[in-house]
Amino acid sequence: MLEVSKINSFYGKAHVLRDLSISVPKGQVVALLGRNGAGKSTTLKSVMQIVQTMSGEITFAGTKISGLMPHKIAKLGLGYVPEDRRIFTDLTVLENLIVGMQPPREGAATWTQDMLFDLFPNLAERRNNRGKALSGGEQQMLTIARTLMGNPSFVLFDEPSEGVAPVIVEQMAQVITQLKSEGLTILLSEQNLHFAKVVADRAVIIESGEQKFDGTLAELEAHPEVRDAYLAA
Amino acid sequence: MEFFVAQILTGLANASSLFLVACGLSLIFGVTRIVNFAHGSLYMIGAYVGYSLIQVLPGVVGFWGAILLAGIVVGIIGVLIEMLVLRPVYKAPELFQLVATFGVILVIQDLALIIWGPEDLLGPRSPGLRGVVRIMGEPIPKYDLALLVITPFVALSLWYLMTKTRLGVLVRAATQDREMVGALGVNQAWLFTGVFGLGAALAGLGGALQLPKGGADLLMDFNILTPVFVVVVIGGMGSLPGAYLAAIIISVLNVFGVTYVPQSTLVLMFIVMIVVLMVRPYGLFGREEVAGEHGQVGEPERPIKPASNKARMIVGAGLFLLALLPIFGSSFSLVLATDVLIFCLFAASLHFLLGTGGLVSFGHAAYYGGGAYVAALLVTHANTPMELAFLLAPLGAGLAALAIGWVCLRLTGVYFAMLTLAFAQLIWSLVFQWGDVTGGDDGLLNIWPAEWLKSTSTYFYFTLILAVSGIILLRHIAHSPFGYALRAARDSKRQAEAMGIDTARVQLFAFGFAGLMGGLAGALFVFAKGSVFPNELEIARSFDALIVVFLGGVKTLAGGVVGAGFFKGIEETLLRFEYWRLLMGLLIIFVVIAAPNGVVGSLRKGLERSGLIKAGDQ
Ligand SMILES: Nc1ncnc2c1ncn2[C@@H]1O[C@H](COP(=O)(O)OP(=O)(O)OP(=O)(O)O)[C@@H](O)[C@H]1O
Ligand SMILES: [Mg+2]
Repeated sequence: MLEVSKINSFYGKAHVLRDLSISVPKGQVVALLGRNGAGKSTTLKSVMQIVQTMSGEITFAGTKISGLMPHKIAKLGLGYVPEDRRIFTDLTVLENLIVGMQPPREGAATWTQDMLFDLFPNLAERRNNRGKALSGGEQQMLTIARTLMGNPSFVLFDEPSEGVAPVIVEQMAQVITQLKSEGLTILLSEQNLHFAKVVADRAVIIESGEQKFDGTLAELEAHPEVRDAYLAA
Repeated sequence: MEFFVAQILTGLANASSLFLVACGLSLIFGVTRIVNFAHGSLYMIGAYVGYSLIQVLPGVVGFWGAILLAGIVVGIIGVLIEMLVLRPVYKAPELFQLVATFGVILVIQDLALIIWGPEDLLGPRSPGLRGVVRIMGEPIPKYDLALLVITPFVALSLWYLMTKTRLGVLVRAATQDREMVGALGVNQAWLFTGVFGLGAALAGLGGALQLPKGGADLLMDFNILTPVFVVVVIGGMGSLPGAYLAAIIISVLNVFGVTYVPQSTLVLMFIVMIVVLMVRPYGLFGREEVAGEHGQVGEPERPIKPASNKARMIVGAGLFLLALLPIFGSSFSLVLATDVLIFCLFAASLHFLLGTGGLVSFGHAAYYGGGAYVAALLVTHANTPMELAFLLAPLGAGLAALAIGWVCLRLTGVYFAMLTLAFAQLIWSLVFQWGDVTGGDDGLLNIWPAEWLKSTSTYFYFTLILAVSGIILLRHIAHSPFGYALRAARDSKRQAEAMGIDTARVQLFAFGFAGLMGGLAGALFVFAKGSVFPNELEIARSFDALIVVFLGGVKTLAGGVVGAGFFKGIEETLLRFEYWRLLMGLLIIFVVIAAPNGVVGSLRKGLERSGLIKAGDQ
């Protein structure tokens, strides 16, 4: 469903992604693994074209998206959950959801505010609180809920388990599993291998912006030397 | 007591237009991060368009319809400006968009002159609301009462729009993180256009609404700009309640000022602003501007290098040719060259502050005009010899810059810029209103150089030597350890401090030094012209310098000088045409769109691409 082929991305003159290719088939969850600074976030930003790709091509559901504006890509059904959450702290929880609102989309689940409040009961109680009053875990939930308001058929998750309490990590894993079972396709960046094992079908490992491994999690399990070379303990 | 109430009511009525214009500016800044200097121009068009519409539309309905329509027309003009002028430059370096809005100011000034003529237009009375009502015995114009009702109504509608509609939610979200809004599927381009149009409509409405109180004239654009900036800064950038409250404070204060301290009404406003900012640095309801927000990734800064031998030779040859000018050139060309040199020094001093220091001052004319006035005052009131005046003028300007810098440098970013502008206006109003000493609007005359410099060509050489030495000195300092410290403070305050640099002191010194060099340019100016008027201290003069620095290129050291030479030359040529502002404005807009790295930067890129010079060559 998402085909990233041989992309190169830069920050100024720093060459961050090198001929990187990733393929995410429909209905699957692919985990993008790698150490700090490996280029995971940059990969997801490149897919959204928040970071422009200098060469290579990205296609989504048959449409070439490299070179498009981010809002056009979002409109095609690609949702983005950024790593630093980036909720609108001056807006209430409800208003944050309103920003993410998009019309229903064929081939994707249609979300309403009530459904999201069922999914994240904590948010329901805080619907009229401003974003800045939320805890880290609640902010993470709001980021996901806000993206789901766009009724995406595909979501890019950037380290949903980072910096939140273990019980929230648990909840995130449940949510992602549930979303997958409802047919959502997911590309997930992670440093937490255990989290990836719980939710993902396949793993891609990158290091310094280059692909080092692509296979199922069972295959990764069978090659502990790969894990030791490219992932933090 | 009665009188007191009447004064307050008048103040509240006056706050109406100010509030509308200020909240438009605030909205636009919040979402687009553009300080729209052309906002005063939109206000002016609102008044003119309203005036014309009232002539054709009869009666009460016609009157109010005309005012509403004027707002809509100006809104549409705003949309066009955004789409044609600003959209192509959103990707350009931050603050570059400012220059485009300067260009728009010039274009609108001449268009208004062409369409409505040079005469001031007397505002039409509002049908059905002529005359006064007595409140506690005091006469209050009926129209003022109408304004008293209208303003809260508009404010409430805006509040509704911003809090209860999706558009408003999007606008507030984009004010915080516009890139994220885009990633959620919202087309930012249309959001920007919409907000710009709305802001413009508010300005136009403000201009039309004040017609019965003030009329329409060609100076309205700059005249409203200062109080609007003051209001926005006092209220806090991006805050509508802040703008409302600040507009009321300023207007009420003004009404009382006119009654009790008529000589210093202008000064009063700035004092209030400075006091507010000392207590609340981001205005009453504002938030700190976070530097380096999401979504602004510029090209990396090139390291600066001393001039190569080739560059030195070219500059040397150019100077040599200039030095021959008195032999070959006409006396007109000498006067022109003197003006250009002075302006180059003025621009170079601002460029030092802006490029090397990263300190965007909107009020650099304070030190240029300030230097000129120090010299002129010394000569007029103390019979100071020219040579001494030449020493004291830069010193005076430098000291003023130190004092003002000390206050302004407590703030950063757009608040810093606005505060520098406010101080420049404070100095302008002091000079303007303190006529006994400064001559007020009539200026100071007969400030001629000493006998040995009387001839045009000797004064030209004098200017050449001082201006070139000044520019070389500025350049030298940019390359000195002090210059490195200044750049370190610009790029990362925290890292610089960790390296043991006292950033506050370094920046203050840079501000003072830039003021000193500006003052030197001012002294050169006053003796070249023999007189000085308050317009050397005006916003427009500060803008002149900003324009050339930005257009020349902030990131290249030669940018300020080349920009100044280039544009002063063109301006002097265009001045011969009746509508030179229009031409100049269009030229500026063209350069902004065509050369988003500044003239020097774009030239260098072009040369690099064609292989004529190596990357990194100066
Ligand atoms: N805005 C930026 N400007 C310049 N360089 C950047 C920027 N963002 C990231 N980088 C650099 O790009 C490289 C890849 O960063 P990226 O954020 O993609 O890594 P990551 O794999 O997501 O790391 P983490 O696990 O810490 O989130 C790093 O070397 C980083 O320093
Ligand atoms: Mg990351």
